[in-house]
Amino acid sequence: MESLNLIDSLFVFMLAAVVGYHVIHKVPPLLHTPLMSATNAISAIAVVGALLVTGANGSKPATILGAIAVAAAVTNVVGGFLITDRILKMFNKKKAK
Amino acid sequence: MDCRGWIAIATPMTHMPQRTALSHAFGALAAALVGIAHYYDHATTVTLVERVALALEVVLGSLTVTGSLLAFAKLQGWVHGTPVAYPGQNAVSLVLAAVILVLAGWFIADPAATWAFYGMAALAFLFGITLVMPIGAADMPVVIALLNSYAGLAGSATGFALDNNILIIAGALDGASGLILAVLMSKAMNRPLLNVVFGRIEASTAASADDVYAGKVRSTTAEEFALLLEDARRVVIVPGYGMAVSQAQHAVRDLYLALEKRGATVEFAIHPVAGRMPGHMNVLLAEADIPYERMIEMDTINPTFETVDVAIVIGANDVVNSNARASDSPIAGMPILDVDKARMVIVVKRSMSPGFAGIPNPLFAAENTLMYFADAQAGILDVVREVKAL
Repeated sequence: MESLNLIDSLFVFMLAAVVGYHVIHKVPPLLHTPLMSATNAISAIAVVGALLVTGANGSKPATILGAIAVAAAVTNVVGGFLITDRILKMFNKKKAK
Repeated sequence: MDCRGWIAIATPMTHMPQRTALSHAFGALAAALVGIAHYYDHATTVTLVERVALALEVVLGSLTVTGSLLAFAKLQGWVHGTPVAYPGQNAVSLVLAAVILVLAGWFIADPAATWAFYGMAALAFLFGITLVMPIGAADMPVVIALLNSYAGLAGSATGFALDNNILIIAGALDGASGLILAVLMSKAMNRPLLNVVFGRIEASTAASADDVYAGKVRSTTAEEFALLLEDARRVVIVPGYGMAVSQAQHAVRDLYLALEKRGATVEFAIHPVAGRMPGHMNVLLAEADIPYERMIEMDTINPTFETVDVAIVIGANDVVNSNARASDSPIAGMPILDVDKARMVIVVKRSMSPGFAGIPNPLFAAENTLMYFADAQAGILDVVREVKAL
């Protein structure tokens, strides 16, 4: 990574952290459990993208490690969003009544 | 659907903390493995920035994997939930952390030192265990939030190593949310974050259980319980981890419906660290179809306890321990739900055993408190039957 890229990356990181802080601070404690499963699923999605980048032309051991990582991340994405959805539905149906 | 999706659908809500811990382990494992694979393929070409990012990613990722798995095992009951303490445990953790730092520094200075990189990764896995081992089950809300944060930061570091903005952003979001929750949780226990991670609650010397309880504890029956509820206009239910253990949320819902039918107003007082993860009680009550307008946060409901006719404490202990107001108490200063200000308090509990803090609870011996010794689910169902028969 070039030094210019590093500054860009640090900038992105700080902006994301600031945005994250403000967004998450406004989530009521009521929703902290689904919040946690959602952010976890979101961060896992990014790992899948990264593996597509690294997967190209890798050595065999690296590919095997990558494959395990893909499996772990995908289960996290699927499980994370499903459970978030399930919890939010439980909160939602009360509003409908 | 893969197996994980099935877990998400099938997991009972009472097992949410375990499931969350497990998903942190999965996320961190992915980050750690990507880091190791990246180094394996590019050991000779990684730049300085990439090496710093890789070190962060692999250390945070690895310790989160084992830490989360251990948290999972503790919550699942596979490993005993009590804090495991041995002399010098903090020294061991600190030495381990120092060695990891030295190895990381070595690797950053010399990328050809593969032994430093792999040694660092291996010790980080070990560090996750020594970090979580001494932490008791009741402190799990903080630990789970903290591990969430680490998993996110590991993902963010992956982004730096691979020069990928999406990863940096998603990881930072996850890291921020975890850290905010961890700080909120430790505030709710009036303990600094570091104290939760490195300290443990010392056994109390203030008062023994015998002094506090001597002859003052009065127990009650389902029948009397129901009679006390007969004319209650305002009832507040305080759920704790005991409700989750006993899967009593549906029984509690039945009680709520029976009381509302009699014209009483029923609310639920939620302490921020009730249960084993942030928002644990809310999710359980929502599962049992309790409207979320009835779940009231501690700061909102505390000033109104004087107007509560009956407060029902179900499987909660430390979060209602009036000992927290005494300055010499091990939990001094921890904000609690002021249930003792209600006209009548009924505590549903299996026995007089102390909570996580291991100290007696003066609330149980208070003049306006009755103890209802029962398993939460079976006991509440008995009360519901009596209330319906009124």
